[in-house]
Amino acid sequence: MKYVDEFREKKLIMNLADQIKRSARGEYTFMEVCGGHTAAIHRFGIPSLLPPGIKLISGPGCPVCVTAVDYIDRLIALSFTRGVAVATFGDLMRVPGTVSSLSEAHAGGADVRVVLSAYEALEIAWSHHDLNVVFPAIGFETTAPGTAVTVLKAASEGTENFFVLNAHKVMPPAMEEIIRGGTHIDGFICPGHVSVITGSSAFEFIPRNYSLACVITGFEPTDILSAILMLIRQISDNNPRVEIQYNRAVTAAGNVKAQEFMNEVFEPCDAEWRGLGVINSGGLTLREKFVNFDAGASFNIEVPHHEPDPVCICGEILRGVSRPDQCVLFATACTPVHPVGACMVSDEGACNAFFKYHVHE
Amino acid sequence: MSEKISLSHGGGGRQTHDLIQGVFTKRFGMKDPMTDSAILTVPSAMIAFTTDSYVIDPIFFPGGNIGKLAICGTVNDLAVSGADPKYIAAAFIIEEGFGTSDLEKIASSMADEAEAAGVKIVTGDTKVVEKGQCDGLFITTTGVGILREEYAHISSAIRVRSGDRLIINGSSGNHAVTILAARRNLTFDVPLISDCAALNHMIRKVLDNNDGVHFMRDLTRGGLAAVLNELAAMTGRGITVEEDSVPVDEPVRGLCEILGFDPLAMANEGKVIVVAAPGEADKILNIMRSCPEGKDSSIIGIVTEERPGRVVLNSSTGGTRFLDMPSGIQLPRIC
Repeated sequence: MKYVDEFREKKLIMNLADQIKRSARGEYTFMEVCGGHTAAIHRFGIPSLLPPGIKLISGPGCPVCVTAVDYIDRLIALSFTRGVAVATFGDLMRVPGTVSSLSEAHAGGADVRVVLSAYEALEIAWSHHDLNVVFPAIGFETTAPGTAVTVLKAASEGTENFFVLNAHKVMPPAMEEIIRGGTHIDGFICPGHVSVITGSSAFEFIPRNYSLACVITGFEPTDILSAILMLIRQISDNNPRVEIQYNRAVTAAGNVKAQEFMNEVFEPCDAEWRGLGVINSGGLTLREKFVNFDAGASFNIEVPHHEPDPVCICGEILRGVSRPDQCVLFATACTPVHPVGACMVSDEGACNAFFKYHVHE
Repeated sequence: MSEKISLSHGGGGRQTHDLIQGVFTKRFGMKDPMTDSAILTVPSAMIAFTTDSYVIDPIFFPGGNIGKLAICGTVNDLAVSGADPKYIAAAFIIEEGFGTSDLEKIASSMADEAEAAGVKIVTGDTKVVEKGQCDGLFITTTGVGILREEYAHISSAIRVRSGDRLIINGSSGNHAVTILAARRNLTFDVPLISDCAALNHMIRKVLDNNDGVHFMRDLTRGGLAAVLNELAAMTGRGITVEEDSVPVDEPVRGLCEILGFDPLAMANEGKVIVVAAPGEADKILNIMRSCPEGKDSSIIGIVTEERPGRVVLNSSTGGTRFLDMPSGIQLPRIC
């Protein structure tokens, strides 16, 4: 397969693994903050190719995993509201709320539909005038522009039956929160898709303020291994900076058009991240002008606040403090079939990837 | 026959009779008088007996339709148990308004497929339900096969030992990806057809010419990943798979890559995994390759004593990971 096989060539991979072995001096802990990286690292068996001193830990990069339980509860309540259809990304279907999930709500008769984009949800609204369609807007800078464009389209078309329940988040403040929280990290494998939008400049504060190495990388095994090698070299040279390994997709400035759409529709706000708590300017909220599309403001959906299961250590895993297999629920009470915490639900969740793929001890 | 199936076709009266005679019995070669049960002569002490329901959406898809699928699926369930498929019962739940000509096409492909596989459709049932109570057509087929005693071990996996080789008869995931592309409003074409096929002739040829088969199972929902995990759990042994050796067609790889699916966990309808004694694996591979349904057969892995109950994949990129049992649903109503 063109543009894929080139990045999965065994010879190149083995060569990179060998260079890493020869360059590594002592111990390193690198954190990835992109769910796509988490899944790729485990799917390609990257840990089995690294020397034992290099530890890869997963940060809060899975959009589903950092979504607060109350948000899921509100979605479920909405899905049972007469005349409302929830049109969601499939990832959210099985995420456990306090007592059930959207998947269980669907089985119980709620109108829940899976869509591949926000725009598809808007199209459902256009073809069902009697239905109020709610799109759960989750994800980082990767998905927020898509929501923004869809809201702008709904506004320009005068659509009155399309809403978003917004929980968009932005990544750089969460990375800063993790650094300040004291998690030991030697460098970041910076997110690929987020960086396509934000550009590498969004992460410049990390080497500048915290002297930590940063490499933005893609999702193929050669990308990830190259990034690890580049991080090791930054540390050896004592020259922390933001490097772009994923230069076939990422620039310093990013996708300016997408940023403009985001800024037009959203403004920064404090946001609750599952496992991390409320992060200053860690989220996006719809600007006043678009309040008509805010499902939170348009429907009366109060749900009681619940604390997550105290035994589940999703929070520690999302902060990179613990590994999935250090949780007593891991692979016993908590499995992909019966997830307790959100990290086990999504394909991008650290626990899910660890459960499915991880052989290396 | 009227153009559409109506509730009266399920009423048990004249129209029901017309439906059964006009659409089914003449195609299936059933003889009058119609009795409540088919009376069969079975020259064996052991039979294999299986049933399966088909609810696939869409009913017609590239490479087949629900009728062909219903015959192949049940024939394969019998064949991989080591049995010779002989008789099939077919039950139809039809939604009011379903096109009679579509039903005839489906019945014809069932008849053709049954004839090719050497099985007889000997009994059946039809019900018609109100609009909206089912989606077009659901079919249940139940099959009986003759099982010779020397093959009774095959479905139980009791002879599987470490060192046994795993053989697949061709590429993984074609059925699921074909259905996915036919169903979702994907904006690109997938040059692919379902692998839906009866495997009993190939399996018969293997069993007649070699006694080294220790286990067989067809790869349906959950694909190769599900069956290998079932085998690891049944035998308490480990399985190691070489990703490079598993045939996957380019369009399947491409679509799975875009949508984030694992081709090894995608459904098939004409694939079998054969577990063979180490010394016989190459001979069995050659027999399989000599059959049209097995021309792309490949040895993909080995049974081991390591990591009991787990399937380990040596990925084509050089890393090692588990190939886990798929969970949740990739696609509802795939068969």
